[in-house]
Amino acid sequence: MKQLFLLALMSVAVSSVSAEDPTPRIEVSVTIPRLNVSEYHRPYVAVWIQDKNRKVVANLAVWYQLTGRNKDEGTKWLPDLRQWWRRSGRSLEHPVDGVSGATRPAGEHTLRFTGDEKRFAGMKRGDYELVVEAAREVGGREMVQIPFSWPATKTSTQTQSGETELGDVSLTIR
Amino acid sequence: MTRFLLSTLAIAVIGTTAFAHKVWLRPSQTQLSGAEPWVTVDAAVSNDLFYFNHFPLRLDGLVITAPDGNQVQGENQSVGKYRSVFDVPLHQQGTYRIAIVNGGVFASYEQGGQRRRFRGSIESLEKEIPADATNLRVTERLSRIETFVTNGAPTDEALKPTGKGVELVPVSHPNDLYAGEESTFRLLVNGKPAEGLEIELIRGGTRYRNAQDEVHLTTDANGEFSVTWSEPGMYWLETSTEDKETSVPQATSRYLSYAATFEVLPQ
Repeated sequence: MKQLFLLALMSVAVSSVSAEDPTPRIEVSVTIPRLNVSEYHRPYVAVWIQDKNRKVVANLAVWYQLTGRNKDEGTKWLPDLRQWWRRSGRSLEHPVDGVSGATRPAGEHTLRFTGDEKRFAGMKRGDYELVVEAAREVGGREMVQIPFSWPATKTSTQTQSGETELGDVSLTIR
Repeated sequence: MTRFLLSTLAIAVIGTTAFAHKVWLRPSQTQLSGAEPWVTVDAAVSNDLFYFNHFPLRLDGLVITAPDGNQVQGENQSVGKYRSVFDVPLHQQGTYRIAIVNGGVFASYEQGGQRRRFRGSIESLEKEIPADATNLRVTERLSRIETFVTNGAPTDEALKPTGKGVELVPVSHPNDLYAGEESTFRLLVNGKPAEGLEIELIRGGTRYRNAQDEVHLTTDANGEFSVTWSEPGMYWLETSTEDKETSVPQATSRYLSYAATFEVLPQ
């Protein structure tokens, strides 16, 4: 009984801690599928949040070839991320601080953010979409979207799957 | 009226020989990025879009306007059997307007009972037409063939009209075209919006289908027309008109033509 009471007390304490810290946490996981192809290059991937008018409100990540013999040579293929390039990429200076990163191998990659980061400053209460776009040299291109409301009223995880260039994409907001 | 009919007839006659084919520029790519992006452009005259199998397009009137409004040179220019080629390094960020602008004259006349035709530059008209020519009819022509490419985000500076001939000004940017979306452009004649211009629009790849599948459009009172792109691809647009603003005293009218190539990307 005493133990149970303690447990209850602890759980109250835990939940009150999270209540005191209302900063939302955003977790995005992107799975790059392992492909059985004769010539494989890691895909370029862009991850962003857009509003109902497809206006980009926050860039979360863009993975592309950051190094090379010539400076910025990897940026040549950024327009292959067609939607992201149109909606955001073409107006940015590359690399973008806190957004640009090297290409990643096949497997699951998790990105974690806190809601008080500057990139989310423009996100008013409303409906948004997480978009992940992948384009692979001598391969295909695919986009996966996950709609969500901001801020979240309770912790939720949503998962969508790509069919060719992307595996599972999931979004958790707590 | 007779004069109008005759001049239209002259255009129709000359038109069948000179303008039955499509004139075009085809850039290797229209939206670019990178440390030092280049485009290479094919220029040709042909029936099929966009295949070079008939005549090269001469590069004499090549005018490339950079995003800052200044003109830059086309590099590695070459005129081949069926096509011309040139390269453009995109040193600046923004939109480049790549055009071939040509002026000249068509003339028809009779000499010793024989009907003759002449096509050439305005300067050569005086010396090429014999003194004993009769029934001389001269039509001036001004043509603009162009395309657009963008390094980074699209800009408008290079698209400012020159005020000469038929020109296209963006309502929708010509390097921001996507399948399934509607785009709007305005056509100007000598700098002023032109109503009632008839436009023909054809998607490339005509060799691999049975019909041209051309779309006919007409400009409204603001000189504007809209098109919803059914499919991604390279599109060719053409229109023409005539006016009386000739710079050659012998010419009674001026034939103004415009052709442009646009790339429409998938969503």
